[in-house]
Amino acid sequence: MASHGIEIRNLYKIFGPKGHKYVDAVRGGMSKTELNEKYGHVLGLKDINISMPAGKIQVVMGLSGSGKSTLIRHINRLIEPTVGEVIYEGQDVCKMSKAELLQFRRMKTAMVFQKFALLPHRTVLANTLYGLEIQRVPHKEAEERARRWISRVGLEGFEDHYPNQLSGGMQQRVGLARALTNDADILLMDEAFSALDPLIRMDMQGVLLDIQQELHKTVVFITHDLDEALRLGDRIAILRDGAVIQQGTGQDIVLNPQDDYIAEFVKEVNRGRVIRADTVMKPGEPVDLTIESGALLEDVAKRLTETGASELTVVDSTGKPLGQLTLHDTIGAMVTPS
Amino acid sequence: MWDWYEFPSIGRTDLRDLKKAGDEAFKAFSRAYGESLENFFQPLLSFLVWFEKLLINSPWPVVMAVIALLVWAGSRSWQLVLATLASLALIGYLGMWENTMYTLALVSVATLVCIVIGIPFGILMSKSDRMQAIVTPVLDFMQTVPAFVYLIPIILLLGLGKIPGLIAVCVYAIPPIVRLTNLGIRLVDKDVLEAADAFGASPRQKLWTVQMPLALPNIFAGVNQTIMMALAMVVVAALIGVRGLGMEVLKAVNNQYITLGFMNGLAIMAIAIVFDRTSQKFGKRLQKHSEIIHG
Repeated sequence: MASHGIEIRNLYKIFGPKGHKYVDAVRGGMSKTELNEKYGHVLGLKDINISMPAGKIQVVMGLSGSGKSTLIRHINRLIEPTVGEVIYEGQDVCKMSKAELLQFRRMKTAMVFQKFALLPHRTVLANTLYGLEIQRVPHKEAEERARRWISRVGLEGFEDHYPNQLSGGMQQRVGLARALTNDADILLMDEAFSALDPLIRMDMQGVLLDIQQELHKTVVFITHDLDEALRLGDRIAILRDGAVIQQGTGQDIVLNPQDDYIAEFVKEVNRGRVIRADTVMKPGEPVDLTIESGALLEDVAKRLTETGASELTVVDSTGKPLGQLTLHDTIGAMVTPS
Repeated sequence: MWDWYEFPSIGRTDLRDLKKAGDEAFKAFSRAYGESLENFFQPLLSFLVWFEKLLINSPWPVVMAVIALLVWAGSRSWQLVLATLASLALIGYLGMWENTMYTLALVSVATLVCIVIGIPFGILMSKSDRMQAIVTPVLDFMQTVPAFVYLIPIILLLGLGKIPGLIAVCVYAIPPIVRLTNLGIRLVDKDVLEAADAFGASPRQKLWTVQMPLALPNIFAGVNQTIMMALAMVVVAALIGVRGLGMEVLKAVNNQYITLGFMNGLAIMAIAIVFDRTSQKFGKRLQKHSEIIHG
């Protein structure tokens, strides 16, 4: 179990030869457009503060150009920050020496890419053990560990195939196996499922959730898809023009969108799959029909319609009643307020 | 009165002095360092001579068998192996065996030298834009200045013989392998490189696990070009006393022996085709992984 979260503090990234010069101006409120037009520098990230919880999935969501891919590349410092800190296990990744950084990338992080980025000249097996090869793990052990993960992601029998013999979904399974074989605490996923067909994407999300339940890695997941963010994210940060405009649980964001931009986003969301029973329940007399705390409204509605009841009781794991939910309240909460 | 018809030149006396000064300076340099340069190249000369002797003194069936094996190993094409054996047989039957072996030895050693020097230079060029800016014009120079021009200083320094011939061949033949190594490494997919970075690959690990393997098809195209250009130079090398098919061509030119000229010319061509097809097929096999595509 990963016991450390990732703290991102006051992180700025300004692209261009003299990024440092403009940090103060940006702090003082200069806009992205002004910076670009007047000084020819591009504002990548602006005052990012996120504390990513240990052993959970932190989603960073935003549309293209919002800086989300830039942000994830600061965690393993594929991109140098202009100013700011990325703290992991009490150490600032941004201040590591070259050797320390290589060691950090080898032992603590693994990454999955939008375009898979597999090594085309290597077989599935040789791709999967790449991280261990870089760590100089003896070949026999590396191969054993790689084979385990290849079968775990459902690619048994494809060990000797080359990446371009595989479909996109299968290639990304290789990407995932390659990252997991590293056995690193931090798993960085940069739009890992965005290039896949919707059905295969759902499938891969399931694979990831399954594996996460077992491994509890600190996952940073980048996506532009709100449904994906809500399905996977224990916490979600929404990025726009390089700044975080809201962060919290999926439910927080759906129920209390901070501004019109986010409200517009969450309008189309299936609220039944995001909002939990605990949020909507009201005090009242317990009835026989129960559902466990944390259940989604969709499950509540299903339970009610299946049994033909009009009310149920939300209970905690010991069976203690917490509150009441009627069919009317449930349906009402699932409908997007206009 | 300004003369519009004769270009204002520096004048005959000054020009003569200039040329003389240049020649004198180079001759002084040659006197001072010629011998140490010769000593420097001595191991290379011994190697070339040893290789020539090996080819010429081994029984011809053994040489043919080894060549056929190499062609098979490279191309996996029995048609090419048969064609190679047939051309070698014809060459031998027409009395050109020994000269062909000399040429084969020169071209092989020259190619080896070009690979050993050229690939590291290509790698250095790919690592730094400044290095690329410095080396590219040098390569342009090596490819465009007529070979006869740089033969002069080489002869002055090292006299006539195998080593100056080998150097002349290498100067002309090395640019493609340097260029294509550089290009091949620079063309490697940025996404794959980023993945290697993300897994903590050091620059050296990146070079050997990602850049070189993915640049290999291009590097191989460079080797192929280098071999072709080395073969094209054997006649020029003959001018400074390198034995082989080139020498016979030169003899034919001087005496208007049409048949002799064509026979030896065609023998050079036959070797060139064998080298070319074998190395191309080998290069293609290196890229096999990219040919099978998910349907």
